[in-house]
Amino acid sequence: MKHGKVSSRILSLTAIAVIGAGLAACGGGASSSTASGANSATTAKGPIKIWYSNNESEVKWGKDMVAAWNAAHPDQQVDAQEIPAGKSSEEVIGAAITAGNAPCLVFNTSPVSVPQFQKQGGLVPLDSFPDGAQYIKDRTGDLADQYKSSDGKMYQLPWKSNPVVLFYNKDIFAKAGLDPANPKLATQSQFLDTARTLVKSGAVANAVWPSTASDFFQSWFDFYPFYAANTQGSQLVKDGKATFNNDQGKQVATMFQTLYKENLASKEVYKGDSFADGKAAMSLAGPWAIASYKGKVNWGEVPIPAAATQDKSYTFSDAKNVAMYSACKNQGTAWDVLKFATSKEQDGKLLSQTGQMPMRKDLTTAYADYFTQNPAYKNFADQAARTVEVPNLNNAVQVWQTFRDAWSKSVIFGNQSIDDAFKGASDKINQLAAQK
Amino acid sequence: MSLRSAGVPATGDSAGRAVDQRQAPRKRKNFLGRQPLGLLFSAPYVIFVLAVLAYPLGYAVYISFHQFYFTAPGVQVDRPFVGLDNYISVLSDPEVQRSFANIGVFLIINVPLTVGLSLVLANALNRVTRLKTFFRVSYYVPYVTASVAVVGVWLFLFQQNGLVNSILGPLAPNPSWLTNSWLAMPTVALYVTWKQLGFFILLYLAALQNIPDELYESASVDGGNKWVQFWNITVPGVRSASVLVTLLATITGANLFTEPYLLTGGGGPDGASTSPVFLMYQKGILQGNPDVAAALGVVLVIGVLLIALIQKRLVGGKED
Repeated sequence: MKHGKVSSRILSLTAIAVIGAGLAACGGGASSSTASGANSATTAKGPIKIWYSNNESEVKWGKDMVAAWNAAHPDQQVDAQEIPAGKSSEEVIGAAITAGNAPCLVFNTSPVSVPQFQKQGGLVPLDSFPDGAQYIKDRTGDLADQYKSSDGKMYQLPWKSNPVVLFYNKDIFAKAGLDPANPKLATQSQFLDTARTLVKSGAVANAVWPSTASDFFQSWFDFYPFYAANTQGSQLVKDGKATFNNDQGKQVATMFQTLYKENLASKEVYKGDSFADGKAAMSLAGPWAIASYKGKVNWGEVPIPAAATQDKSYTFSDAKNVAMYSACKNQGTAWDVLKFATSKEQDGKLLSQTGQMPMRKDLTTAYADYFTQNPAYKNFADQAARTVEVPNLNNAVQVWQTFRDAWSKSVIFGNQSIDDAFKGASDKINQLAAQK
Repeated sequence: MSLRSAGVPATGDSAGRAVDQRQAPRKRKNFLGRQPLGLLFSAPYVIFVLAVLAYPLGYAVYISFHQFYFTAPGVQVDRPFVGLDNYISVLSDPEVQRSFANIGVFLIINVPLTVGLSLVLANALNRVTRLKTFFRVSYYVPYVTASVAVVGVWLFLFQQNGLVNSILGPLAPNPSWLTNSWLAMPTVALYVTWKQLGFFILLYLAALQNIPDELYESASVDGGNKWVQFWNITVPGVRSASVLVTLLATITGANLFTEPYLLTGGGGPDGASTSPVFLMYQKGILQGNPDVAAALGVVLVIGVLLIALIQKRLVGGKED
């Protein structure tokens, strides 16, 4: 018995010692890279690794692009793979940054995560390359300014956008006695009336079925496009202040609250695509979704309706960008690959293979032939010039989660008034935006 | 030539030293225990526990007392000691408070139901003579099936237009199960109970094999019916298994994450099924605040330990 006690004590002491050693080790940190080291990294050439999205059509584009690069650069081979599986790409990338094994480039970096990755020291400012800032400006124009970080640097290359529009199912509209060629969806009150007609006619159980999940990004596909339309492109936070606690924001919230109250939209989470499955007559999505509707839905699309009719509509961009990660040894090659992958030729291939809009200022003229042959995509290209991005904030995810929680509480489940919920969220977001 | 070999009596000092030298190997033996080889055999697991459990736990405690965020290797940032700030932030957060209340509701439903059902079903399975393997496998299948796959079945059962509401007809709750603030967490608790039952039935089945048949025969001779036998022989006979099942159900229940994430759209409706671990994921991984998440984790560990201690005293009795 005594031996047992002695052994237990030894084990306990060892455990404490190991924990203590761990704690002591945690206090330190290696010194940061020197400026000269950083400079040499930006010119270094050699093999690199990249990740791209696991979207089927993007995988094909990615493989073709890498094959083209590798064929021309035998000494600077690119090793490409899909982003490893995880609950989201952002947490996989975040973990890779911490572990120091992030690839050189990720062709699916969400702008909302860029400030966090930057804070982690995981990103390379692209304007540290001599032609970096100019290349981005020449390719994207003024729209690129939305992606500038708080320190004035560019940690992401604006790559492609998926302007969110209102898709509708022509067959369900016809079944409900609505004109599928000229749907009454020009204003938000028309949208609401159309939703009522669709459900009351028995043509469909849900006029629209946005996700009611609590994920921070879900508001990009219900509130934010309508808010952008209402405000002619205002961001959720501007100059460090929340903007949504106003008549325009509350008007959108009230419209959605009516949808839920009148059972025109389900409060449940649908596992899958409710629009593609014919469970909802309308959907908010970007051009990426068109491929998934093929053979399933006879679809049409209109710009996101605002409170009043507008000549030029605004919407959420749903952009995905390219960022360079600081673990990259051969940043010179990574920059060359980035320029190659976003060249006019490769952007054209991306457009034709995925239907997503390269963020080029000359989009409609550069690929005029494509849009002539594919008129369904022309409106998206036009809309791409008037998109609003998520604000570039240090606590961007927390900001969006705060808004989402307030939205769920007041708009979806009606447990709080919209006034109180928006006021509370606005105050909290102002505090978060003020934090460095 | 030593003094001893020369026949010279050893002095007290030298004799003592000689005794010490002779006892040194034995002391070393005592220090390493009666079976030093056992330490060698257990070393891999001990190292595993230290590396995978003890070190991260210690690190989490460290993080919870500092302003901390993860950085790329080589990036030097200030991580000042902030005392109890993270704990104050966690404990004063209404979302966190609600998540602990939610998990309390979950445990109150899940743990007694798990213990009761698994004991009754194990007892029944122990007496089944035909199709024994079929039944055992049937109960175990949900446990080994990924939640992602099984959740679809429960959505089919409990959604607005699901099977359960179709059967209930006008008695179906409104709002429906998974969008009802009062019913969401109990539905999650039922789901988890069903999913994990197979594992706990196996634990009870193993414990039931240790109860001698003679006890049941004696009770039968004395006129004890099945209920008397179950209550007076089976229940006390599997007490140690009951302690284990209660503790494991509590620990796994307190770590609830996947089910509210998948079944109720991330702790919905309006946070009614949010769990502390789900909030840890939100705050630590998604929002980049591992310091606050670590403080929440430490509070959760302490809470679970306290509950486990109380349960052990209540269920285990003096024997354990």
